[in-house]
Amino acid sequence: MEISVSVNGTDHRSDVEPRTLLVHYLREDLGLTGTHIGCDTGYCGACTVIVDGRTVKACTMLAVQADGQSVQTIEGVANGDELHPVQEGFWECHGLQCGFCTPGMIMSSIALLDSNDDPTEEEIRHGIEGNLCRCTGYHNIVRSVQYAGARIRGEEPQGASQEVSS
Amino acid sequence: MSTTSVMGGIVRRKEDPALIQGKGMFVDDIKRSRELAVAFVRSPFAAATITSVDASAALELAGVHAVYTADDVRDLGLNPAQVAVGTLRPLLADGAVHHVGEAVAMVVADDRYVAQDAADLVYVEYEPGDVVIDLKEAFADTHQVHDGVSNTLLTWHGHAWWEGVVDLPDPSPGIQEAKERDDTVVVSLEMVNQRLLPTAIETRAVLADWNSGYGSVELWTSSQIPHAVAGAIGVMFGIPSNKVRVVAPEVGGGFGVKLNVYPDEALVCFASRELGRPVRWTETRREAGFSSTQGRGWIGTATITGTRDGKILGYELDAICDMGAYTQNLTVAVPLLGLFVAPGQYDIPTSYALHCVVTNTPTTDAYRGAGRPEAAYYLDRIIDTYAREIGMDPADVRKVNYWKPDQFPVNTAVGMTMDTGDYEMNLDALLDRVGYEDLKARRDAARAEGRLLGIGLSTYVEVCGFGPSALAGLGFSWAGYGLPAAFNGSGVVRVQADGTCTVTIGTGPSGQGHETTWAQIVADGLGIAMENIEVRHGDSLDSPMGTGTFGSRSIAVDGTATYEATKRVREKAATIAGHLLEAASEDIQFQDGGAHVAGSPDRSVSWAQIAESAYQPHTLPEGVEGGLESSVVFSPPNATWPFGSHMALVEVDPTTGDVDLLEYWATDDCGNVINPMIVDGQLHGGIAQGVAQALFEEAIYDDAGNLLTTSLIDYPLPAAGNLPMFSLDRTVTPTDVNALGVKGIGEAGTIGSAQTIVNAVVDALSHLGVRHIDMPLRPQRVWQAIEDGRK
Repeated sequence: MEISVSVNGTDHRSDVEPRTLLVHYLREDLGLTGTHIGCDTGYCGACTVIVDGRTVKACTMLAVQADGQSVQTIEGVANGDELHPVQEGFWECHGLQCGFCTPGMIMSSIALLDSNDDPTEEEIRHGIEGNLCRCTGYHNIVRSVQYAGARIRGEEPQGASQEVSS
Repeated sequence: MSTTSVMGGIVRRKEDPALIQGKGMFVDDIKRSRELAVAFVRSPFAAATITSVDASAALELAGVHAVYTADDVRDLGLNPAQVAVGTLRPLLADGAVHHVGEAVAMVVADDRYVAQDAADLVYVEYEPGDVVIDLKEAFADTHQVHDGVSNTLLTWHGHAWWEGVVDLPDPSPGIQEAKERDDTVVVSLEMVNQRLLPTAIETRAVLADWNSGYGSVELWTSSQIPHAVAGAIGVMFGIPSNKVRVVAPEVGGGFGVKLNVYPDEALVCFASRELGRPVRWTETRREAGFSSTQGRGWIGTATITGTRDGKILGYELDAICDMGAYTQNLTVAVPLLGLFVAPGQYDIPTSYALHCVVTNTPTTDAYRGAGRPEAAYYLDRIIDTYAREIGMDPADVRKVNYWKPDQFPVNTAVGMTMDTGDYEMNLDALLDRVGYEDLKARRDAARAEGRLLGIGLSTYVEVCGFGPSALAGLGFSWAGYGLPAAFNGSGVVRVQADGTCTVTIGTGPSGQGHETTWAQIVADGLGIAMENIEVRHGDSLDSPMGTGTFGSRSIAVDGTATYEATKRVREKAATIAGHLLEAASEDIQFQDGGAHVAGSPDRSVSWAQIAESAYQPHTLPEGVEGGLESSVVFSPPNATWPFGSHMALVEVDPTTGDVDLLEYWATDDCGNVINPMIVDGQLHGGIAQGVAQALFEEAIYDDAGNLLTTSLIDYPLPAAGNLPMFSLDRTVTPTDVNALGVKGIGEAGTIGSAQTIVNAVVDALSHLGVRHIDMPLRPQRVWQAIEDGRK
């Protein structure tokens, strides 16, 4: 089937098999391999992208369902060389280890902060509940999102050096 | 000569810029032209003979290139990286299957969609047989998993686990005597340490490209041990290991599940060789429950005999350990790793018997901690039970029995020598920070109001930093199979002609931040800026012979090798700089990207100038060879023995049985620390995995051997909302077995945490008559225990 999708601001017209998952379309057809696959059931969240402003697990959506829509992936988050505050927060606060869940985690965090730029710890934990991380125990992910929130609000954020045990 | 202080400092990771922008390259992100994809046909039965395989319908499907069975790959022989105990796994099931999901045939097609379609069209006829899933039933040996082979492959005994290596007198008679004394108590508990699925978020993935022109193969695989994979592939295909390039690029979590040489790694190489095209297989999450190793799976009875004032006179553990249907790389060694820490931090007679038993389930092998979390769990749970029995505080009981700092190095009851330790100091540091007395008062006050608060404590020792290469002689590494590394660590430090530095190491990291930590070691030694140091790893041809990353070994072994290589480069650079500056090499100091004469900062040369001279040998002093690099292999005299103390505060909801983890504190001691941020991160993740075992996770099989928990819905990894912030601190007791004084931290969090949580929950419920609950402490189980206690 013929679809037309805007991905990270670039328009694509593609011919896809109707059963192609959006995540496979992004990874295999467009070569955007930053969106990862960690499960078969839409549970791990590694494939999270933003479709028309809402987070979507790209393994639970068909490419044909994205026809006419606008998709943002991890590759479209930074502004050239300038990192998004959430990316900066993850780097600054050691919010990633293996980095496999990170793109999806960052997309969910961006969506969370778009709707609430000053979330409580509980709101952050709830906001990223659809994304699983096996490395960090979420501790530093929470701090990364707090860091990003402060940056977005124009406040001085707390980096890793403010907390690490002596 | 060291003049910078990068080591020990918090440095943002060099790994991160690519990973946070979606530009990190994992195996499934690497594309070759004309790739084919693999899907496997897997057994629906846990035990069956295969009477026929009919692939004709699959082969008729457009886009299908081949379907391979055991007949096609038998000539490759068996994967040599399997411990030769029990029945070894063929590359594809050969006439029989022994667990659900065992691969019977391999389909190769144009893409993964077609491959899966075709796999569904392969008709396999099975003659199902009897299965043994229950561990105790398997141990009874009334029905064998492998015909004619006892289900109990071997039993590890604590005092005599290797003839001629550790062969101590049997402690049992002495413990029996203590049991018969009037002034002693005996406490005993049967406990399950349940099967787990390691569940790295990146499943395993393999991409092979065989080039018949070069007679070589390139294999990208999500592995912790690329060198071992290269060695095994070479053996199977009859080509030298220098014709096998195995690359572990970004690896999305390991935790032990990628610490094997898997049949699929050989099978995609085979398919690529046969079809002359690159071939890829990417494991699905469901498949990972069959095609990757699992962890834990012990049932055992722990017993303490001790006096009423807290002196332990005997500790016994008799446990059955589930191997699954086949033993792979470290399967039977995992219980042995637990045995190594059997007596924990204590000077106590220890009787240990671990029975390695096969069942009709997928293979178990290392999972974060690998035997040590199990050992720590049994010991610490029974110490807690003993403390409650004699009415002593669990912290005080531990102190009575600890090895004292002036006794180190100590020889333990299982014949190990522990390097350094100060356990009471470490525990006191935790208790002071937590405010233990106040915390107990808070718990008691809440209990008076009818709320169920509980405090759990665990103090553990782990063994890591493997290790002495002599251990490989016992067959505990790939060296026994003609494969490269015997637990060595390796590091190559090269200053390039432009004064930047390349470091290559034999590790196989999967998120541990080696590129950053190793750059810190080198930056500290050479005074070269972090951004000018590039750390490479995970390429079997480009990196030095290495053992990989597991068992919290990398920093203690490969880190030390790199530290030594750095020193040698620095010494040579000092000679060159001294020549250029007309000064004695002993007077040369390195900092800020170059070298200068001590006391005369103006008399300086940059690293680029030193390197320029090094690569133009005619400019060097007489007798000095060109080049500026050093390669070091390091084999430590002993393993390292980190330790720590963990505490949790939980609240149990009496009406639902729900456990709320309110607070978690840990004071760990891994010796010297190179990057505290990374060390803390390792602890966070490690603790989360131990908490996950205590509260959430369990690989569940039905009676027919079907894994019921193949999705992340049925196998609930903790999400962010299930965990608190962790409060960490550390004490520093350096090891003396390596020059860095580092011990390792990858598994400590997991080893210390599961029993901390269970101890806390039992503490919350003990006044209701609850003595023990088996993990995972899901609400229904906890609620039932409360109900049963009340009866």
